[in-house]
This record gives sequence, structure tokens and C-alpha cells, in this order.
Amino acid sequence: MPGRKGSGSMDKIIVENLSITYSDGVESLFDINLRIPIHQITALIGPSGGGKSTFLRVLNRLNDLADVAKTTGKVLIDGIDILDPTLDVIALRRKVGIVFSRPLPLPLSIYQNVSYGLELMGEKRKMVLDDAVERSLRLAELWDEVKERIHDPANSISGGQQQRLCLARTLSLQPEIIMLDEPTSALDPVSTAKIETSLIELKKDFTVIIAPHNTQQAGRIADHVAFFLQGKLIEFSSAEDIFTRPKDVKTQDYISGKFG
Amino acid sequence: MQTAKKSNVLKQLRIEKLGFSVLTILSIATVIPIIAVVIYIIYLGAPAISWEFVSAMPSEGMRAGGIWPAIVGTFYLTIGTALFSVPLGIAAAIYLSEYAPMNKVTQSIRLAIINLAGIPSVVYGLFGLGLFVIFLNFGTSILSASLTLSIMTLPVIISTTEEALRAVPQSFRVVSVSLGATKWQTIWRLVLPQAIPGILTGVVLGLERAAGETAPILFTGAAFFLPRLPNSPLDATMALPYHLFVISTQVPGMPIQIQYGTVLVLLVFVLIMDIIVTMIRSHARAKRQW
Repeated sequence: MPGRKGSGSMDKIIVENLSITYSDGVESLFDINLRIPIHQITALIGPSGGGKSTFLRVLNRLNDLADVAKTTGKVLIDGIDILDPTLDVIALRRKVGIVFSRPLPLPLSIYQNVSYGLELMGEKRKMVLDDAVERSLRLAELWDEVKERIHDPANSISGGQQQRLCLARTLSLQPEIIMLDEPTSALDPVSTAKIETSLIELKKDFTVIIAPHNTQQAGRIADHVAFFLQGKLIEFSSAEDIFTRPKDVKTQDYISGKFG
Repeated sequence: MQTAKKSNVLKQLRIEKLGFSVLTILSIATVIPIIAVVIYIIYLGAPAISWEFVSAMPSEGMRAGGIWPAIVGTFYLTIGTALFSVPLGIAAAIYLSEYAPMNKVTQSIRLAIINLAGIPSVVYGLFGLGLFVIFLNFGTSILSASLTLSIMTLPVIISTTEEALRAVPQSFRVVSVSLGATKWQTIWRLVLPQAIPGILTGVVLGLERAAGETAPILFTGAAFFLPRLPNSPLDATMALPYHLFVISTQVPGMPIQIQYGTVLVLLVFVLIMDIIVTMIRSHARAKRQW
């Protein structure tokens, strides 16, 4: 791969010749090749409808719920092809967590939102659940704000807090990969900053893939940047290279704001 | 120019006011018959109500005494109907809403269920007679009558439950699955609890109709007069709506208060069901968060 300076680490996810077609032909992916390095933040940028969300939803097979007509190519996570139809998707989804663009708390308490995933696995011991909830909320920088009212309904806290709750909920399963699909698009600057701070902290232990809601956010936090346009991967490189010396003229135009 | 504009606005406001008045009058008009019926029944029926009336066996060819066996019978029939139709109806609705593929077969099942709701109740009665009483040999019994009422109630429960399940936002399901839930875990832990208020509405609508029906139990389980209470599901039973039909048409010299007293008891019976369900529903709604 050209232009991946200073990574020097192994690849967590290897995508080879991935193509996806929806039944109605909308927002597909064409022949994507990509290697996502471990313990770094990889940002997927590009105009909406370019395939970023579709790409993220391949990695934990959430696309199984959508009307996907055809998927070809290979997606290897830790060397295992996750497109294998016999794969244990439940285990995959615990390993590859996702945070959505709108805060989507489940209609439960703050505590239950975080413990939900563990309870699905059959965890009933209160001490284990308590510990996991506190640890996850601390990682998402939310614990101090909600520890006094942890059993209140999750929709009683602000939108920014709800989104950090969603991050905590994803972290509670101790995934290896965290995907965030425009996680701050509905948030104020303060909440956005808190999420970005968490992410930079989190990459020590997790592999982070984010579709930021603007290019500036990619500039602030990303180590690597992939530029998606109309279902094609135009360029993939270190953040520094993408922002200072993009190879493709389309990347340059997008970053300089000529379209988007 | 200015004044012309102003008078135009005033004219529009007047028309709007007139429109609202018409709508208000119309909505009041729909409630008047209901209130009138209730008042009429209370006025004619209340004199018959006494402790003896709701707790004693009928006597003197049902012209005196109480209607206790009919109350008990309607209670048994309602419980029996609930036992069959609620689990089956909810299960069918879960299948249609969450599992069934979007194809012609599913569409025609749904269409059939909607059409079932429009079948005259006497047809259910004849069907119950043929299937449960004669073919399955359950005889004229609470069991046969409950099963017949269940079939009649199912369409209401299925379609309202399916609506209630569909009203739960899709995003909850996606989030749940993304956290490693199976489809069934998602339904059981998330979708069903959220849909309970809507499901209860369907259940109570269906059961209230079942409690008040005469035709479906006419051939399947209702008795003209029984000297004792039923003591097994295979016994026939008296029931409020059928008792009312009998004393209004078959017994000469029937005091009118007893007829209206019976109607009043049936009305209170249904009202109690309504109150119980409303209480459970508002409790469940308080927990709902979307």
C-alpha cells in the first residue's frame, strides 16, 4: 500500500475486492480494497450516499437486515472471512461494535442500556454488571454526569449524553473494533469534543473506524483516511498525506470544499 | 386596499370559526346516543339491582330471584376465550410482524384475517357447532363456546397486536441486533414490552365483544336454564347475553326491570374489564419511552 507512513503495525481488517449491490441498486460498493490498521483511528470521508455506512454495516454484518442482493469479495478480520454464511454473526457483532449517527438509546434505564448486551449473553451476576456499567460509562466520559441517576430513563438525559451512553453501551461488550457512523452529526460542539477525546483515548485498546460528519473532524482525530465517492474508494492513505498531498484530484477537490 | 385585505382576513377567520363549531357539534352528536343508551339502561335497570339479584339463582321460571349463574357463565366464557385467543393471537401477530416474509402468501393471510373480522357472528356459531360440538365431540359446553368465541376474537387481537408491534421503531431492533441479540431476544426483551399498551387495547376490544355475543354461544354452550353452576369446562352454562335474549323473547310475563337489570350487569361487567385494562395500560405506558 502506498503512502501509509509510520503505521508499522499489523492490519486488523483486510478488505479485498468487496462489492455490494442492493436490490433496488441504491448505494452500493464497487471493488473496495482496504487494510485497516489495529489500534488506530481510520476515518471514512466523502459525500453522503458514497457507501460509508454500507461499508461499516458490512463489517458487523448488520447489512444482513437490509435488502442486499449480492455481496462479493473478501472481508478478513483477524484473518477470518466474516462474509462466510456459516459465521457466528452474534460473536462477530460483539467483537465489532457500532455507534449510530443519531443517539438511539433503548427504551430502558441508563444502567439497562449499558448492561443490555451483557444480559443478552446470559450475565446475571449483579457485581459483574455493575462493574461493567461503571467501567463503560467512565470510558465514554459519562460516569460523573449520570452516576447519581443511573436508573433514570435513558431519554431523560441530553442528546450529547445519550450519544456517549450509546458509546458506553457498545464498549460494555469489550469489542475489538468500534465503528462510529457520523456519531456527532446531531451533537453540540461540547459533546462532540468529549466524544473525540474519548476516541483518542480508546484507540490504545480498540481499533476505531469512524465516518466523521465533516472533514475537519477527520483532521482532528484520524490516523488514516479513506475517501469514498459514489461507492468507490478513491484514495486511502495516512491522514497527513490525504490532507497535505492528496494524489487524486477528486480527493483534493473534496478536501478543499469544491464539492461535498 | 388595506381595508379590503383586512376584511378578507376577518372573513376567513369567521369561516374557520364556523367550521370548528360544526366539527364540535358533530363530535358531541356521536356521543349523545351512547350516553342516552346508558342513562336509559340505568333508569330502567337500577331498580332491579340488589344483592339478591347478582348473587342468587333464578326462581319462579326466571321471573324472580337472581342471575348469578349467568354472571358466572359469562365470566367463565370470557376467561376461556382469553386462554385460547390471547396467546394464539399474539403469537400469530409476532409471526406476521417480525418473521413473515413480505410476499403474496403473507399478504393473503393478512387479508384473510381482516375479512374474518367481518363475518357475521351467527356464522361462527354454526361453525363452532359443526367443528367443536359435533365433530370434536366437546358437546354443548363452556369449552366449545370458548373455542368458538376465540375464533371470532382472534382477528381483532391479531390485527391490533400486529399494529402495536409495527409501531415500535425499527431503530430499536437494529440497535439490539448490533449488540449481539438474536431476533427472538430482541422481540422478547424490547419489542413486546413496548407494544403491550397497544396489545392490551386489542385484547380488551376482542374479549368485550366475546362477552357480549349471543349468536356464537347459542348452539355451542349456552343453556336456557340450569339449576346449578357448571363445574367442568365440558358443562353447558348460562350466560348474560343469552339469558337476556331468553328472558326478553321466550318467557311471557317477564318483569321489565329484570331485563334491564341484566343488561346493566352486562354493561358493568364490560366496564370492569375496561377499567382493569386501562389501569394496566397506563402503568405500561408510563414505562414506554418513545
